Amino acid sequence: MLEIKDLHASVEGKEILKGINLTIKPGEVHAIMGPNGSGKSTLASVLAGNEVFDVTSGEVTLDGKNLLNLKPEERAAEGIFLAFQYPVEIPGVSINNFMKTAINEQRKYKGLDPIPAPEFLKLIKEKKEFVELDKKLDGRSVNQGFSGGEKKKLEVFQMAVLNPKIAILDETDSGLDIDALRIVASGVNKLRNPQNSFIVITHYQRLLDYITPDVVHVLYNGRIIKTGDKNLALELENTGYDELKKEADALYN
Amino acid sequence: MSENSEKNIIKQLENSGYEAGFVTDIEMDTFKKGLNEEVIKKLSALRNEPKEMLDFRLNAYRLWKTMKMPHWAHLDFEEPDYQDLIYYAAPKKKPKLNSLDEVDPELLKTYEKLGIPLSEQKALAGVAVDAVFDSTSVHTTMQDKLSEIGVIFCPISEAVVKYPELIQKYLGSVVPVGDNFFAALNSAVFTDGSFAYIPKGVRCPIELSTYFRINAAKTGQFERTLIVADDDSYVSYLEGCTAPRRDESQLHAAVVEIVALNNAEVKYSTVQNWYPGDKDGKGGIYNFVTKRGMCKGDNSKISWTQVETGSAITWKYPSTILMGNNSNSEFYSVAVTNNYQQADTGTKMVHIGKNTKSTIISKGISLGHSNNSYRGLVKVTKNAQNARNYSQCDSLLIGSKCGAHTFPYIECSNKTATLEHEATTSKISDEQLFYCRQRGISTENAVSLIVNGFAKDVLNKLPMEFAVEARKLLAITLEGSVG
Repeated sequence: MLEIKDLHASVEGKEILKGINLTIKPGEVHAIMGPNGSGKSTLASVLAGNEVFDVTSGEVTLDGKNLLNLKPEERAAEGIFLAFQYPVEIPGVSINNFMKTAINEQRKYKGLDPIPAPEFLKLIKEKKEFVELDKKLDGRSVNQGFSGGEKKKLEVFQMAVLNPKIAILDETDSGLDIDALRIVASGVNKLRNPQNSFIVITHYQRLLDYITPDVVHVLYNGRIIKTGDKNLALELENTGYDELKKEADALYN
Repeated sequence: MSENSEKNIIKQLENSGYEAGFVTDIEMDTFKKGLNEEVIKKLSALRNEPKEMLDFRLNAYRLWKTMKMPHWAHLDFEEPDYQDLIYYAAPKKKPKLNSLDEVDPELLKTYEKLGIPLSEQKALAGVAVDAVFDSTSVHTTMQDKLSEIGVIFCPISEAVVKYPELIQKYLGSVVPVGDNFFAALNSAVFTDGSFAYIPKGVRCPIELSTYFRINAAKTGQFERTLIVADDDSYVSYLEGCTAPRRDESQLHAAVVEIVALNNAEVKYSTVQNWYPGDKDGKGGIYNFVTKRGMCKGDNSKISWTQVETGSAITWKYPSTILMGNNSNSEFYSVAVTNNYQQADTGTKMVHIGKNTKSTIISKGISLGHSNNSYRGLVKVTKNAQNARNYSQCDSLLIGSKCGAHTFPYIECSNKTATLEHEATTSKISDEQLFYCRQRGISTENAVSLIVNGFAKDVLNKLPMEFAVEARKLLAITLEGSVG
């Protein structure tokens, strides 16, 4: 489904991603772990098409289609979704209006007519319940005045509404208390199906207690230095990254 | 904002399409260029005006000649040559005002194209329209229905002849002839506009609206509008404006006066979309407007809502004099400037009566090389016990070559007043744009979404039909596609 080959990316001339290789099949959940500054969030941004980063070489394809030539909005319509680490506020734009605009633009890209109003309202209602989005947030502007937890829930809500092929969760667990974490994780689990895949970027094992990954990667210094199953995450929780870092430094420097 | 994405956005935005930029080919009766007392007499005679009206005009003209154009606004432009302008231009086939059959089909087509159908079958439900084409009103809809409940809604040229007492009593009562340079000029040469009178106790059931269209080249448009709401009445009035796309600038100098008597309420909404000039700043309308309301009666209320997207130059300060006790006024404004447009706009709230209240919400959006200024005065006079004002002026900048300025003035002579002022300036951030685009929303629509969100508090105040129009207009002003 998603194929990343020798992906290099830099910002302001500084190379951050130094050759990422990753294959994600439908239905899989991949966790990407690693110390601060290893390039985890950069990978998420580059996949979503953030123009702050320059892709210097490599390939990214989704179902065989080259994503790197596409604008962020086109990638979104192709089925890439990024749950942001720091969701931004859009004052005066209601959640419903924002979602309706997003849905209709994605439908337009696919040559579909705008979503009929009753269908839209039903979808929104269903997904709000699904992530236990607080009723008091109805009619509020996107992320404005939201707590950290509410923001992350809104990200999962948007994910549920847009129903992407590949959902990338960029440290969605950061800043969440245990209840919010459980809600976010259960949202993701309910969305899992054999057709879609998830990339879960996290510092901590904690989130992976709730979302069981099929594959765990360790990203360090712009490269994936180790890949394993869910037990790798547990191991790292005990040992830390130091041993792996040393091995990688010896190999690449 | 990163330089690259900024360039992209600006490139997309600078070629915004002006859909109303076409010219109607129609035979016109036109005066020769230039302004003198003879021109004014001819104009007055043509309209069969009573002598008092001619005296009003000549008095204004003589005052105007002694005045100089004001230069205090944050605007940079060449002063028009007032002798190089045409002061009267009207379609040749003068229609009888109530019969649509006699209106030139070209004119009907023009209004239809602008989305203002004039035939009763097609007319917007719940809106009476006075269609002003250059110097004259070509048709006013729904007059019969309105007269059944005693509401007068007609071209001001007609009112001058048919309702001289009302005109003499109220014309110039809120904006005196010599109030300012442009008001004096307008008082001397105004041609058409609308007159509305809402009798005591009547709640006008439909919206009244005037649609101003400049068509003729080299012609100044001097519209005059007078709205009088008698005791315990209510009216909502809408005003829309467009003009053809031309390389040379054209002058529009209007005066609007509103009088609200005891317990009366007037809502005045404007969607101003005069031709703004091209992307290099060539052409466009010079819009010098004096709009003022008088809350004359106790418990009266006047609210101004404006969406300003057009004009090369905008000089406009819809104001209210809060004379009656417990009177209340609101000013809600969205002004968008793009390319080389310049806007200096705001309001004046003058508190005179006791327990008077005013609210000012101004949203300025600047793009391209444009300059957008808010200028406002809140004045509390000595006897205005317990006056209250809340002002909020927000500016949104898109790109790095435009400017936003805020000039709030406060003059307070009464200690019991409560005055609040808030101002913010923000930019559309790369993060906001990327966030929207990641959800599938194109840059252009993301900008439009963010701008609409920014202006929401004001757009929500517009009557429904107008709000849709205003949103569309905002989107077009921000859009990259041509036409």
